[in-house]
Amino acid sequence: MYSDKVMLHFMNPHNMGEIDNPSGVGTVGNPVCGDLMQIMIKVENNVIVDIKFKTFGCGAAIATSSMITDLARGKTIEEALKITRNDVAESLEGLPPVKMHCSNLAADALHAAIEDYKAKMKGTTKEAT
Amino acid sequence: MIYLDHSATTPMRREVLDAMMPYFFEKFGNPSSLHACGLEARRAIEEARETVARKIGADATGIIFTSGGTESDNMALRGLLKKRSHIITSAIEHPAILETCKSIEKDGHEVTYVPVNRDGIVNPGDVEAAIKENTVLISIMHANNEIGSIQPISEIGKIAKAHSVSLHTDAVQSVGKIPVDVDTLNVDMLSMSSHKIYGPKGVGCLYVRKGTKLRPLLFGGGHEKGLRSGTENVSGIIGFAEAIKLIIEDFYENERIKKLRDKLIDTVLSTMEHVRLNGGRERRLPNNANFSFSFIEGESLVLSLSAKGIAASTGSACSSKKLEPSHVLLAIGLDPVDAHGSLRLTLGRDNKEDDINYVLEVLPDVVHRLRLMSPLYKCNDAGYGKPE
Repeated sequence: MYSDKVMLHFMNPHNMGEIDNPSGVGTVGNPVCGDLMQIMIKVENNVIVDIKFKTFGCGAAIATSSMITDLARGKTIEEALKITRNDVAESLEGLPPVKMHCSNLAADALHAAIEDYKAKMKGTTKEAT
Repeated sequence: MIYLDHSATTPMRREVLDAMMPYFFEKFGNPSSLHACGLEARRAIEEARETVARKIGADATGIIFTSGGTESDNMALRGLLKKRSHIITSAIEHPAILETCKSIEKDGHEVTYVPVNRDGIVNPGDVEAAIKENTVLISIMHANNEIGSIQPISEIGKIAKAHSVSLHTDAVQSVGKIPVDVDTLNVDMLSMSSHKIYGPKGVGCLYVRKGTKLRPLLFGGGHEKGLRSGTENVSGIIGFAEAIKLIIEDFYENERIKKLRDKLIDTVLSTMEHVRLNGGRERRLPNNANFSFSFIEGESLVLSLSAKGIAASTGSACSSKKLEPSHVLLAIGLDPVDAHGSLRLTLGRDNKEDDINYVLEVLPDVVHRLRLMSPLYKCNDAGYGKPE
């Protein structure tokens, strides 16, 4: 039911793990519903220089997490915010209709991490260089 | 592939195909035809009827061949309905029962869903308490397809008899694994499926006790005593009967399978952490193991095992079409997160000890890998097995 690309990312996910002192963290989903995604980003000079995920969920949830980290790495905050769930699904050569919400979740987790980073920046503008 | 999903379906046996083959070619007749070709097919399906009936201690006239378990269940549930009838069933039935019950409710009838205990067993007292004046049928599965729990059908049968209510049981999972006898079980109707017992798909039967006034679902040429019109699936029926003959010969296999299953359960529970067995150890089908692994999700577990050459299944929402976790696991009191992390392994006659050893070797690594990916797993990655 999954494309080869989804299986590839599921079996060998990219950027899995956590970042020490992340610039932003986004956690979306609900384990009661079967998926929970956490994305951590490290931002330097407005660019996402590192990004890691941890996901509790199905094959599609893990593959979309892996894909969104690939898509966002090296992007500026503005570019990263433009990544949509369709970008994630297309990059994975499609998802079964019932799994489209996983790509939603991945995009939401990235956006949440960026929002968290922005909120932190606002609080510490004086320290920011 | 190490196949550990025998509750989903089983590989058909070569002997079954050999028995079926002539009925596609030289013995292709329609059993309703009067000529010799028809007669040949008629004789064959009547002999098959005898074989199936004998297996469950029934009279051959009570066997109605159908397209399988789902049709048999539909037929049993709908066949006795009158105006505003009441049916009693359990919370852990197969969708073939539960979805039919929902549809029956929409038609203006009532259905009571009795609960189960933590081991997945119905309390016969609950069934008796649910009986009302308009109760026409009790339908409780013999053994559950997910956790293998075996229901006290014989006791429920006595209650049904005392209240003059008919009793149906879905025996799709129990036939071939534990004794199934319609008189011992005190049932009026019983559903069976061929492809769960190494027979072909698309065929099964409903046993209907004499005197049970059932209405058909399908109308037409009046086949199967008017209860199931449509030209008989002759080759399928022959294959079904052949599969039954072979499981009778093979019944001792269940002891061997049970030992392997017990080794699987004992080893997983004693060497892995954050895992529970779903369903009780007693009153359980000999080939069923169902675990919940905390912090991980079942579909990714099944996919990971598949990549390692192991075929299993899960009650996780993500694997279902409805995105809801297993109603069976919720009914035995699991919280949804643990239901998502469930893994069902169902053994069969082809499994050897080496297969189980391989699963026991691979499973901890696969679970560990997914846990490391999970934000719910907060423990550090030092050791996931109890004894190193």
